[in-house]
Amino acid sequence: MADTTTEKIPFWLDPKKRAILFQIGVFCLVALLAYYLVSNTLTNLKRQHIATGWGFLHKESAFEIGESMIPYSSANTYARALLVGALNTVKVSFIGIVLSVFFGTLIGVARLSSNWLVSKLAGIFIEVMQDIPVLLQLFFWYAIFYETFPSPRQALHPMAGLYLCNRGVAMAFLSPHPAHKYMLLAFLAALVLSYAVYRWARQRQARKGLPFPVFWTSLALIIGLPLAVWLAFGAPMQMDVPKLVGFNFKGGISFSPEFIALLLGLVLYTSAFVAEVVRAGIQSVGKGQTEAAKAIGLKQGQILNLVILPQALRVIIPPLTSQMLNLTKNSSLAVAIGFPDFVSVANTTINQTGQSIEGVALIMAVYLIFSLSTSVFMNWYNKRAALVER
Amino acid sequence: MAGDATSIAAADTLKPPSTRKGVVGWVRANLFNGVFNSILTLVTLWMLYKLVPPLVRWAFIDSAWHTGGAACHKVSGACWSVVTQNFRFIIFGFFPYDMQWRPLVAMLILFALLFFSQNRKYWNRFLLYAWIAGLFAMGLLMKGGLFGLAPVDSTQWGGLPLTLLLSVFGLTAAYPLGVILALGRQSQMSGLRTLCILYIELIRGVPLISLLFMASIIFPLFLPEGVTINKILRAQVAIILFTAAYIAEVVRGGLQGMARGQYEAAESLGLNYYLTMRLIILPQALKIVIPPTVSILISAFKDTSLVAIIALFDLLKTSQSVLSNPEWMGFSPEVYVFIAVIYFLGCFSMSNYSRKLERELSTEEY
Repeated sequence: MADTTTEKIPFWLDPKKRAILFQIGVFCLVALLAYYLVSNTLTNLKRQHIATGWGFLHKESAFEIGESMIPYSSANTYARALLVGALNTVKVSFIGIVLSVFFGTLIGVARLSSNWLVSKLAGIFIEVMQDIPVLLQLFFWYAIFYETFPSPRQALHPMAGLYLCNRGVAMAFLSPHPAHKYMLLAFLAALVLSYAVYRWARQRQARKGLPFPVFWTSLALIIGLPLAVWLAFGAPMQMDVPKLVGFNFKGGISFSPEFIALLLGLVLYTSAFVAEVVRAGIQSVGKGQTEAAKAIGLKQGQILNLVILPQALRVIIPPLTSQMLNLTKNSSLAVAIGFPDFVSVANTTINQTGQSIEGVALIMAVYLIFSLSTSVFMNWYNKRAALVER
Repeated sequence: MAGDATSIAAADTLKPPSTRKGVVGWVRANLFNGVFNSILTLVTLWMLYKLVPPLVRWAFIDSAWHTGGAACHKVSGACWSVVTQNFRFIIFGFFPYDMQWRPLVAMLILFALLFFSQNRKYWNRFLLYAWIAGLFAMGLLMKGGLFGLAPVDSTQWGGLPLTLLLSVFGLTAAYPLGVILALGRQSQMSGLRTLCILYIELIRGVPLISLLFMASIIFPLFLPEGVTINKILRAQVAIILFTAAYIAEVVRGGLQGMARGQYEAAESLGLNYYLTMRLIILPQALKIVIPPTVSILISAFKDTSLVAIIALFDLLKTSQSVLSNPEWMGFSPEVYVFIAVIYFLGCFSMSNYSRKLERELSTEEY
């Protein structure tokens, strides 16, 4: 009986078959649309005599790039120009993320301060920065630099070794010395040693219940080792002070107004969002947690380290990740103020070669790689911080 | 007992010490509770003292309000004249000067609709009809060509009306698309689900500017020979496709927040997929996600400023073209502050509204 009724169901009433049919239909529609667009594009390209393909990457770029982390000149290829752009994007995003997490945390904590004035000021900062488009902020800071700051000859000189002018900021910096390489090595060694100490201390605490001052030991290692190397080399203190040569400053380290405007705009905008994330995270940990921790006799530092932070971080990390990704994506607005980031270099490439499809595809691919790698890393970290449930 | 009663009565009449109440008490409790906070307060006050008076001087005391560009260069403070003298161009762009009442009326209609929509008392069918009629009227006022209104080419649209147009139409079109994408992502059909996930993650992984480039450079190549679509519409499509992916993620959050019992109850009533979604799931899920949807609206409003990069004359671009006029060169901070105030007012009222709604809709007891 049951068999005969199931056989009688026509295929358009069987949910499984209907689902398959529906999906085939949707795929056909998407494929048709794709075919239509691609065929149109191919005929248009043929009509306009644009050759497709990646051959242009190996041609000479013939344009200069203002700032670069690797040696580059206009005689290099487009591929190298794009690499310069990608590195600039990485540079500005990385510095921007570090700074905005730092300032965002500070402002988020200030928002929760019991000090009325500080809390209100932090609130105003968050509201104002969140409500003004980041592009407008970039234009604003760029205009401040380039319209209100004096020319290099009358550069502002607020403290020794620091010059502000409409060509950027020039700062005194330690002149290169062989000691620096060894100091960097010592710093890396200190990081590895600190991690080893941390592992050892945890195991010992798990076995014997004896605490070990890991934080202070690591701090001493990380500061002490490079310092010892520096002293061993006779404490080289030679500073490279910027000097006015011709129309601009030479020496020290300098930052272009485009870079500073971009960084300033991105950091101010993003840190307002980070502050809100941090505030929500800290507030999500109930007051009872702190009180319970006090009741079992934990010290202030231990309460923060062992009770509040592990719980708050779990709430903070996912939205913080999306803010980091937003900053990376917003760094593409550099094209509007002329900082040579990836989008800006790709845009120049498109204008020179006419390879618009390849150019936009490259922009999308590069940002997808940034986004995916950041989210893979943060997912890995989040998994470690997440609540382990039974 | 008697002793207790008198001591309670005495405590009632005993006033708290004068340092614990009134202004002094408030200042002690909120500004000088503890050494650290006292230092923090003093440092902050000193910084405010250093910062605020010069700013007030620049903005209000030493500023010029109704002069020409040449006179402005002699003033030491802010030159607000650049805004007052070019006000109509910044707001309306290249819209024919004697017809600028039309975008003005369109904006007033929009503000009236928004004003009524923010009160939940009016959330009914008539509001929906009012919005449809309103959007139609706004389009007509901008475009013209009917009822004796002279047609205005869309290349002449600009300024604040263009910004509002891009964000309002962008969200209205992106919302249904986003809901469909979210349903697709939650669907049982694996093929459809993969397609939706691919779309959403792809769009969310790339910056809006790359989609705008695509709209302005590549999109013309997609069309058959002879067919052209104007630039504003292309940018609008890019904004819609971009916003839809974000709305999809927000709506997905609401769908995931639905208890399984809701689906099972609907199934046991014999409702099919369409009816389950329309009558049971979506009304509840969409209500939960109203506050994050307003945040999406806020970012969409801010993101429309990016069309300035592909040379559409939105609010940001009109202000920049004023600044490229030699007479007004060098007054960027003033103009940008003015634009920032407009954006701030829009976003601040929306985020305030979102917070208010969150309080009203929350069923949690505090």
